[in-house]
Amino acid sequence: MDLSAINPVLLIASLMVAATPLLLAAIGELVVEKAGVLNLGVEGMMIVGAIAGFATAVESGSPFLGFIAAAIAGAALSILFAILTQFAQANQVASGLSLTLFGLGLSALMGQSYVGIKPPQMGDIHIPVLSDLPVVGPILFGHDIILYFGIALTAAVWWVLKYSRIGLVLRAVGENHDAAHALGYKVLKIRLMAIMFGGACAGLGGAYISLIRVPQWTEGMTAGIGWIALALVVFASWKPWRALLGAYLFGGVTVVQLNLQAAGVAIPVEYLAMSPYLITILVLVILSADKSSAPASLGRNFHASR
Amino acid sequence: MIRLEKRPQPSRAWSMATPLVAVLATMFFGGLLFAVLGKPPVEAIRTIFWEPLFGEFAFYYRPQLLVKGAPLVLIAIGLSLGFRAGIWNIGAEGQYIMGAIFGAGAGLAFYPSESFLIFPFMVIAGAFGGWLWAMIPAILKTRFGTNEILVSLMLVYVAEQFLASVSLGLLKNPEGFGFPGSRNLQSWDAAHNAELIAGSGMHWGVVAALIAVIFAYVLLNRHMTGYHIRLTGEAPRAAKFAGVNPTRLVLFCLGTSGALAGLAGMFEVSGPSGQISIDFNVGYGFTAIIVAFLGRLHPVGILLAGGLMALTYIGGDIAQSNLQLPAAAIQVFQGMLLFFLLAFDLLTNFRIAIGKPEVA
Repeated sequence: MDLSAINPVLLIASLMVAATPLLLAAIGELVVEKAGVLNLGVEGMMIVGAIAGFATAVESGSPFLGFIAAAIAGAALSILFAILTQFAQANQVASGLSLTLFGLGLSALMGQSYVGIKPPQMGDIHIPVLSDLPVVGPILFGHDIILYFGIALTAAVWWVLKYSRIGLVLRAVGENHDAAHALGYKVLKIRLMAIMFGGACAGLGGAYISLIRVPQWTEGMTAGIGWIALALVVFASWKPWRALLGAYLFGGVTVVQLNLQAAGVAIPVEYLAMSPYLITILVLVILSADKSSAPASLGRNFHASR
Repeated sequence: MIRLEKRPQPSRAWSMATPLVAVLATMFFGGLLFAVLGKPPVEAIRTIFWEPLFGEFAFYYRPQLLVKGAPLVLIAIGLSLGFRAGIWNIGAEGQYIMGAIFGAGAGLAFYPSESFLIFPFMVIAGAFGGWLWAMIPAILKTRFGTNEILVSLMLVYVAEQFLASVSLGLLKNPEGFGFPGSRNLQSWDAAHNAELIAGSGMHWGVVAALIAVIFAYVLLNRHMTGYHIRLTGEAPRAAKFAGVNPTRLVLFCLGTSGALAGLAGMFEVSGPSGQISIDFNVGYGFTAIIVAFLGRLHPVGILLAGGLMALTYIGGDIAQSNLQLPAAAIQVFQGMLLFFLLAFDLLTNFRIAIGKPEVA
């Protein structure tokens, strides 16, 4: 065992990379839940985004196009969920599960001819002087553009939810859909938009795994990250900046356990690999005592019968 | 103008009809999917639904129907109890794995004894393993109010890692030349879940599944606990006033579904699969969710739905070898089925009205 082989600077830099797919998916789901919809299909949308982005990037040679395709694919899949829950009034838990099961199958089908291929590389940004600084350079100024996009998105969602009119309406729909309807807001339309935004974010998160973090395509490669993202929203008490914090925490756990595996710690590999899931459970237990911040209409369907 | 009008009572007729309509819609759109993949659609659908039952080699496939259907029905029956009461155990796959590990482990501890007590002991240990794994989300939910959906699902990944660990370590076959995986239980009579009638596919798991169906039916229709489950699902507020104890209900529903999933895993590992290995589980725990919904959360419905889903597994295998239909296409097909089912359920609870709304 040689813990000194672990470089703390690289550790923090790779922690940020590991956290980004989680962050993207969690921010998307946070907006969906703020609108009062519980979409358990994050895992399914992520994996479809992962393969759609991967395939597009390989075919076109442009990782950037891949990310766009992934966002579109995630949003498209989420429309299915929206049709089921918003128009067909189906149970949100069951619909979300079906989205995940369907997405896992669909991605495996789409990805058959892409196993073992290397995707085109997305270069890291390089700012002269800043990126070459010791310690600070690789941590703050040496990542790919999507990672910064994730942080910017967090800021944007925070601002929109807190200060803009759209954010206020979205929160009203999530807190009390009957009141929002009575005030003349189109509940279903707003929820549809939120669901599609969540789908696009989950798709981006998936593509980040297949194009940057791993980068290759294997079946079921999201390995529960979509579910951890759902837990992260609870962890964050539906607050964007806390979602960022949570994502970095979970990213940290993942990276540290991978580094410990590589360093040959005396703990068996399987038990280290369990740790992100166990820590998710632990965090859920600690935080589930306080449910006051959950949107009041979360998981309830709306039907304008009057 | 087309509107949706909420029915005062869910329509019984549509409630029965939607699974059938959903299957037909899935056949149609599944056929389209297969056509897109460049396979003959009619031929593919016929291979999946007809070949296993009445085809040339049906004598071989029909027993498989029981082998594949039994774990699905066993797990789905347990899940349906919770789903009815709004308790969402979606980690049956993990409970299935733990049941298999506990069951096989309990047996292997006495290797190579030939006592007739070994198999019953394995059955109890298997159910206990699944029950124990389901008690984690149950107790966290009742004690701390933790979301059981996320916890039970996270535990699937933990169980998978644990499975990898025991098949490489604790339960590894000492005479296995270093290969991962336990001793083969099929070649050890005392622990083998053999066919009860040779060539019929009928093993103890099938018997257990049928017993579970009967018990669930009696429980839901004739027993107080079953009444409480239905009441909690359909009218949570009324259940509260009627003094239904939610803690006991959560423990009961999650515990039962865990024990049944554990049993399914134990019967699988001691019978059709034969040994604990890294990837002996094939996702029955997740497919059982579709089975539970397709069967309308009703025991008899689940029995039929389990048979249908087993059919798509077997037919999918045949289509894979005859038509080179990718295995994932069947997974999409099964997912589609749940989609259509949920979509058509609209007609159970709503009526499509044409024209202007009446003024009340």
